[in-house]
Amino acid sequence: MADSADYRIGIDIGSTTVKVIVLPADNDTILYRSYGRHFSKVREKTVEALGDAAAALPLAGKKIQLLITGSAGLGVAKSANLPFIQEVFATAKAVETYIPETDSVIELGGEDAKIIFFKGSLEERMNGSCAGGTGAFIDQMATLLNVPVEELDRLSLGYEKIYPIASRCGVFAKTDIQPILNQGGRKEDVAASIYQAVVDQTIAGLTQGRALGKTIVFLGGPLHYYQGLRKRFAETLNLDENHAIFPENADCFAALGAALSTEGYAPFIFEDICTGIRNSVSDAVTTDTMQPLFADKAEYEAFCARHNANAPPSSDISVYEGDAWLGIDAGSTTTKLVLIDENDGILYTYYGSNRGNPVQIVLEELKKIYEAGEGRVRIKGAAVTGYGENLIKNAFNLDAGLVETVAHLKAAQHFNPDVDFIIDIGGQDMKCFKIRNGAVDSIFLNEACSSGCGSFIETFARALGYEIEEFSKLGLFVKHPVNLGSRCTVFMNSSVKQAQRDGASVADISAGLSISIVKNAVYKVIRAASADDLGKHIVVQGGTFKNDAVLRAFEQELKRDVTRPVIAGISGAYGAALYVKSLNLPASSILTKEGLSAFFHKAKPITCKLCTNHCSLTVNTFDGGRRFVSGNRCSRPLGKEKSQLPNLARWKYEKLLSYKPLENAPRGKIGIPFGLNTYENLPFWHALFTTLGFEVVLSPESSRATYRLGQHTIPSDTVCYPAKLIHGHIISLIQAGVSEIFYPCMPYNFDEHLGDKNFNCPVVAYYPELIAANVRELSKVHFRYPYFGLHRPKDFAKRAAKYFGETYGIPAKEVRSAVTAAYEAYEAYKAELRAKGEEYIRYAREHGCKILIMAGRPYHIDPEIGHGIDELAVSYGFVLITEDAISPNMTKGKRTILNQWTYHSRLYAAAEYVCTQPDMQLMQLVSFGCGTDAVTTDEVREILESGGKIYTQIKIDEISNLGAITIRLRSLMAAVEARETGGF
Amino acid sequence: MAELVYDKTGRLLFTKEMAKEYTILAPEILPVTANMLIKLMMFEGGYHSIELLTNQDRKVVETGLKYVHNDMCYPAILSIGQLVEAVESGRYDRHKVALMITQSGGGCRASNYLYLLRKALKRAGLEYVPVISLNLSSLDRQPGFKVTPKLAIKAVFAMMYGDLLVNIGNQCRPYEVHKGDTDAMINRWTDKIIDLFSKGKAVWFKPMRKLMEEIVEDFKTIECNRSVEKPKVGVVGEIYVKYSPFGNNNLEAFLSKEGAEVVVPGVTDFLLFKGNNRYVDVDLYGGSRIKKAAMWCYQWFICKCQDIMIEVLESDGTFRAPCHFADLQEVVKGYLGCGNKMGEGWLLTAEMLELIHSGTNNIVCTQPFGCLPNHVAGKGMMRKIKDDYPNSNIVAIDYDPGATKINQENRIKLMLANAARMKKEA
Repeated sequence: MADSADYRIGIDIGSTTVKVIVLPADNDTILYRSYGRHFSKVREKTVEALGDAAAALPLAGKKIQLLITGSAGLGVAKSANLPFIQEVFATAKAVETYIPETDSVIELGGEDAKIIFFKGSLEERMNGSCAGGTGAFIDQMATLLNVPVEELDRLSLGYEKIYPIASRCGVFAKTDIQPILNQGGRKEDVAASIYQAVVDQTIAGLTQGRALGKTIVFLGGPLHYYQGLRKRFAETLNLDENHAIFPENADCFAALGAALSTEGYAPFIFEDICTGIRNSVSDAVTTDTMQPLFADKAEYEAFCARHNANAPPSSDISVYEGDAWLGIDAGSTTTKLVLIDENDGILYTYYGSNRGNPVQIVLEELKKIYEAGEGRVRIKGAAVTGYGENLIKNAFNLDAGLVETVAHLKAAQHFNPDVDFIIDIGGQDMKCFKIRNGAVDSIFLNEACSSGCGSFIETFARALGYEIEEFSKLGLFVKHPVNLGSRCTVFMNSSVKQAQRDGASVADISAGLSISIVKNAVYKVIRAASADDLGKHIVVQGGTFKNDAVLRAFEQELKRDVTRPVIAGISGAYGAALYVKSLNLPASSILTKEGLSAFFHKAKPITCKLCTNHCSLTVNTFDGGRRFVSGNRCSRPLGKEKSQLPNLARWKYEKLLSYKPLENAPRGKIGIPFGLNTYENLPFWHALFTTLGFEVVLSPESSRATYRLGQHTIPSDTVCYPAKLIHGHIISLIQAGVSEIFYPCMPYNFDEHLGDKNFNCPVVAYYPELIAANVRELSKVHFRYPYFGLHRPKDFAKRAAKYFGETYGIPAKEVRSAVTAAYEAYEAYKAELRAKGEEYIRYAREHGCKILIMAGRPYHIDPEIGHGIDELAVSYGFVLITEDAISPNMTKGKRTILNQWTYHSRLYAAAEYVCTQPDMQLMQLVSFGCGTDAVTTDEVREILESGGKIYTQIKIDEISNLGAITIRLRSLMAAVEARETGGF
Repeated sequence: MAELVYDKTGRLLFTKEMAKEYTILAPEILPVTANMLIKLMMFEGGYHSIELLTNQDRKVVETGLKYVHNDMCYPAILSIGQLVEAVESGRYDRHKVALMITQSGGGCRASNYLYLLRKALKRAGLEYVPVISLNLSSLDRQPGFKVTPKLAIKAVFAMMYGDLLVNIGNQCRPYEVHKGDTDAMINRWTDKIIDLFSKGKAVWFKPMRKLMEEIVEDFKTIECNRSVEKPKVGVVGEIYVKYSPFGNNNLEAFLSKEGAEVVVPGVTDFLLFKGNNRYVDVDLYGGSRIKKAAMWCYQWFICKCQDIMIEVLESDGTFRAPCHFADLQEVVKGYLGCGNKMGEGWLLTAEMLELIHSGTNNIVCTQPFGCLPNHVAGKGMMRKIKDDYPNSNIVAIDYDPGATKINQENRIKLMLANAARMKKEA
């Protein structure tokens, strides 16, 4: 068969590129290769690539054995009726042919990450549906840093420090990088950190406990082209040149393998292949489609006219003489400036990407303002809002800073005094809030996962070779916008890929993306069931709403007209200007024209070592000795002591650490991992084992290092961070030489009579079994993970007597008295906790402090999980109480959901109690990936809102976005203040 | 017309009057068995009408996403979406429908579906639509809907027939010479079984044995070509995405198209598993001995039925018989404890192991994205299974409103390619 063919061709059509390899029929010398981006025009570009090959080689009329591979190749092969090979198999074939000594292959593509293990049984791992793309991710990050990808690579080589960046998913990483950039972190360090995140993601996400071996081959475009990424991989895996192999043609290996695998396939005539692929373009559209945005031009024009009517008075800086007020919105991806006159007319505006350095932008713009004002315009006040608030305020000596939500409210009220709902979609974040009695009421912010808002559409446009304005206009009049779903950007990437496969045009996709953003906002963030859930007078703001397609989709989704001020993109800055104007300052402290000429700014990254949080700080120094430290959670690195206000989370944590191990224990050591439900049950187990004569060894306090220690044994990358940490705790116990580890399975929790049942969540309940099956290191020790329930003390005593009798030969009588001691110790702990809570509440009331209830799970007090949010809250002047200190004040209430988990019952009880206390607010902590909180959050929100309280939710993951937490806490404070001054 | 009646807690009741005039809608799962059960319930309970919903378009997903928290698991979004969309669609008189949903009653999120459905109805302005919980724990009782002992017993038999038909149907379909023969046979038999039920026949051990023998004989008449053995692929996972074609993007159809013989463990084991959990709870944490004894009887009864089905298949020898529940309990030892009961718990791992033991090394493990119990019982056990059985070839597929078919299919294709390679090497 092979002898009847003239050539062998492999085509790899990936998510972003097309690769073609041509081999002769009789040997494996590469005759031709090509690698090019397809900009989603999959079929056209593939045919084009084949045409290029035919220009270089006499392929015309020849018999060709062909295999197509790649994620987008599947669809092409199917519709063109050509043979297909799964890409992992193609790659394996090429590796076995050229580099037989390979132990494993790491391949990164546009959106796929793969590891193939060769030694032993052949095994392949691909990234799961949650893991973000890699090549596409690097592209996105380069856009974020506003540098070409080549420059990003060059920058990474000059790094000094690596910041921890969430490695799980592209969207998370973006949320981490943004604050570093905004706070003045070095681009070199960020670039290297991005690569490190890719490396960690690949290794942690895909190896899952299997060793990579000695010789590793690196494949795929990104690893072929980016030196910095190669370096990070080699360093992380400790590989020398002989064992980290970066082969020639590494970017085309799958295509090469496809060509090598064609043996036995019937040949095609070259032209038939091209025709087949070309004709498959006309396939019927099978993707879901939706109604068009606009029926015709006339409808669009009426729409534009309606929105253009909402404009501030015009003014001219070149002739204006008088006072002016400056507002700056230092957002996550863009910086906005507005200068207003006495009539609130706009003298000067700026809107642009902050290009990774907002300070520089503001500096340039201020200089321009001074220039244009020619001394006629006197700045009487300047205020800043947004992520970069503190940095800009310190850099330029501004008069005031305000939280974004308040800035947007000021602007919205200017255009629509009756406004009752504001939605702002910016580059990175989505903020929505309800207005009640002229003050911010409830706030909805997008969680880290769905944050792909404006910047997502922008990066996508660029990836397809368009500018954003042009791209969004493409979709306005299409008849069939594709339905891309409403999920985070990673999923949308895949949906787009599928739509492309099904033949959707770029215009259809453009319209679909605009609609998806709106659906995300309405259903994921706001969780609205109808337009009435939002309000009657809706004002939209933020850069993303400048996009007519997004605005139209929003109106269609809500089935009502909304207000978009002409200055929607800069309304935060406008609101800041209005705010500082209302302060009636005699003069502004802003740097003068002369001051700017001497302006100097340097940012230096350091790691704070004052506590276990190890915050990544950026020290910004300015001319004249002005200094600003960012990234801190508490005031200690600023030279001040931690706030001394009572903090029950801190008390609980210190209390748990105060349980001392027994000295000279007759029965030896027993290790307990300090995570998940140990945070609740430690007093119990500690007393039990201590009474039995064991030395209880608690694993060390959690840190990033704990996580990394166990990262390679985590089988499910979508489980919550608290569970992931357990792996490291177990391994650190083994490393500490403990030979007995106790970590029981506990489906049932204590019954506190606040719910219908007393379960633990499935993860807490059974995680010990997962640990037993995945932590290989456990083979060296005795891992004890029996099923126990503490909710029936008498039965537990019997079970315990049997278990400890069989396991350690301890007499039943001894066990029984230890069990009694354990229950007593647990009760004593709970009693002390409640007393402490009451004491702290008394303190707050005596000193006029507000009380914040931090409601979550017991393990949220772990500083590595809670990220010091409690300290942050205390630094804002709250006395902090945990939910379990006040939940016993309540009895079981009527719930609209099944109230069956003990920890969650506490949340509901605490929320009900807060409603009865005027000086208490509640903040709910939610771990990312915690499925049960999909049930609890809506319920807690309903309880609080029906009790007239404001609901504040903070999602936490391996990395926290302190910016978002700060917005929530400050908005909460502003809302509470507004309510108090508003007299209700 | 039936009046809306509420109980003391404000819960809308499904009254006896409603039972006579309302259409009860149920979300689609396990079509063969569910259709039999529904017809059985209709004539046993004297209900006006019960319908298994088949609406499956994008609108259903959108409706689910609109009214259910988006981080909730996929089965909640789909089944609640299916129910609410049906009511909103105008295909039924909104004031004459009731919705039925299953409630598992364990520590998994799934126990909340009923409550989330009520929440969704409220948000959709449909709070006048009564909701019925179908469960094994006497949760949320309704005056107009009762699972009488007689119905429960018949339901067990219906489930046995359903499992048998699905099992041997799966063994014929890939090899049938005339396309559609197998499905036609299944339809003919479901109709016949329902007819027999209505006449009070086909129930109890002896009639069941006899009927099952007839069924097996009849299936043997389907003309099959087994000259080329197709790779067997097992499907396990979270119960909804495992058994609902809508939930798993028509996984079975896709696998068949790719040339595989699909092996899907029956639902009988799930019911046994749920009963066994309560039995085990008493051993692990203490509790009522009477409860334990009751559960022992329940388990004995279903096991007896299962034994008959297995005997029929084994004595004939044409088709592969499923294993006994006791085999599953045995095989999972060393992996998970018998107390792992939330969601599919230890049964999921046991099914994977049993498939491997019985020669089906290729397995698709389905779960909703972020499924909590499957972190442990599904993905959490795969590495150990792979270590113990190097020839096993398991792929975990997540289902979610945003997950695309192309990524799922690509991963399944990798598993199939691996299967082909292993076969070649062996």
